Amino acid sequence: MNVPAALRYSKTHEWARLEADGTVSVGITDHAQERLGDMVFVELPDIGRKLAAGTECAVVESVKAAADVYAPVCGEVVAANAAVRDAPQSINQDAYASWLFRLKPDDPAELGSLLDARAYAEQAKSEA
Amino acid sequence: MPFIPHTGPEVRDMLAAIGVPEIESLFDEIPRELRIEGISGMPAGLPEMTIARLMTERAEADGRYLNFIGAGAYEHHIPAAVWQLATRGEFYSAYTPYQAEASQGTLQALYEFQTMMASLTGLDVSNASLYDGASALAEAVLMAVRSHGKSRRVLMPRTVHPLYRKVVRTITRNQRVEIVELDYSRESGATSVESAAARSGDFAALVIPQPNFFGVLEDADALTDWAHSRGALGIGVVNPLSLALLKPPGEWGAEHAEGADIAVGDGQPFGAPLSGGGPYFGFMCAKQALVRQMPGRIVGRTVDSQGRPGFCLTLQPREQHIRRAKATSNICTNQSLMAIAATIHLALLGPRGLARTAAQCHANTVALRNRLVAIPGVAPVFSGALFHEVALRLPAPVAPVLARLRGERILGGFDLASDYPELADALLVCATETKTGEDIERYARALERTLEKTAPC
Repeated sequence: MNVPAALRYSKTHEWARLEADGTVSVGITDHAQERLGDMVFVELPDIGRKLAAGTECAVVESVKAAADVYAPVCGEVVAANAAVRDAPQSINQDAYASWLFRLKPDDPAELGSLLDARAYAEQAKSEA
Repeated sequence: MPFIPHTGPEVRDMLAAIGVPEIESLFDEIPRELRIEGISGMPAGLPEMTIARLMTERAEADGRYLNFIGAGAYEHHIPAAVWQLATRGEFYSAYTPYQAEASQGTLQALYEFQTMMASLTGLDVSNASLYDGASALAEAVLMAVRSHGKSRRVLMPRTVHPLYRKVVRTITRNQRVEIVELDYSRESGATSVESAAARSGDFAALVIPQPNFFGVLEDADALTDWAHSRGALGIGVVNPLSLALLKPPGEWGAEHAEGADIAVGDGQPFGAPLSGGGPYFGFMCAKQALVRQMPGRIVGRTVDSQGRPGFCLTLQPREQHIRRAKATSNICTNQSLMAIAATIHLALLGPRGLARTAAQCHANTVALRNRLVAIPGVAPVFSGALFHEVALRLPAPVAPVLARLRGERILGGFDLASDYPELADALLVCATETKTGEDIERYARALERTLEKTAPC
């Protein structure tokens, strides 16, 4: 199972990465893309939208399912990844390069409350 | 006659395999007090011969009337081949099949239906039908609200069919959708852009009926442009037969002809006979950008693993069996059989036949109007251009006039007063292609006699 140690994770299968500019990139994990199958459509949040942690804000749709994506931390949407919108299959190719949106976090320390790689890997394994 | 195809021994074997003594025990979890032992008030069964006679007598009691009522459901000639083909066993279901791809013929017929409807409305995509025109409009309203994301308010002209407005309210009122009604011009019978523009705030959509309930043509171009200028979607509610002559919703708009975003309506004029409330069917078409917000089933064309063409249900993750509570709709049913009948009907008429039918309906209604307004005291209510239906003011209350006409075996039109209190003494009439010059003359003479007998108001 591909769970990079440098990232943080939510129980609902999002990954989060604190970027150098202080924003947080959010995507779905490799485990999630594997379970969902071939991606065909992605719906991304509007830029400027303010999200509370746990808010549904995006949808990923595969040939067999559609799943909501939740904001892992509180913040404002500052970017949405048009490249993934145009080529949803990139999520299957590299889930951690295919960020869906970027948040300007209200409190960067909130990332610390998310799961680390080991905890997420254990959760994912128990669900498998 | 048993409708469950299992024999007694088969049922016993199945029950034994799961360790249950009788079928009734499968329902044990339903509390005893909620269960009904036998149905009361149901008469005993009747022999086939007796029931056939009873039903014939009931049908004859309905009588045979010369019908001039439209008001959303229209009497059209249906070629005999339509129902001869549609009732073949291979097609005979109201639903899309559950093992959909096993029924390639049904899927292909629905694919052709979608192609025809998309072509008629001038829009990119069509679904495989909805329950009826009213619920299709409710679904379009919900679709617009989902896609808009910010506003949950929708502008609804009072010229939209009164029953459609009622159904929209019923379906949307517990979903935090606000329906804002727009009045019409008493002079033209149409909805003005000014009345819409007078409403402040954001709107998810503007509903544009074409023709409207009075048969009057709305300024669909101006209304569409106005909706788009305010960031709202344009939802066309159309009589599909009118599309053979009028500009399709996909081309509405004077400035950029951006088109309506969604078009819905009742498909009854295509192959569905008049009957008490149906079955008819609803249709829904939309721009490609909205396809994932579109409720209902969509048939797609594809190739199988060996490259052979075939048909499949597509975009199913929007649907309730996959998306559950977050499906685009959990109330959308479809009317496959009626949609297939419509497909056959349209194939038999062809584009020119359809245009000729629409033109004949319109010509007959104009002839009816011209003949009736020659009667003293009868006058058009509205000045606006019309298609195939017209509101007339009578010099007497409508209800007793209609009752007298019924006595002469004529259904004289739809009394507008109950839905539009401001339109007392107004009658909505329609003469489709099924009416002859003699029919129109018979109606006019009967109306003349009736009005002479009825005291003026």
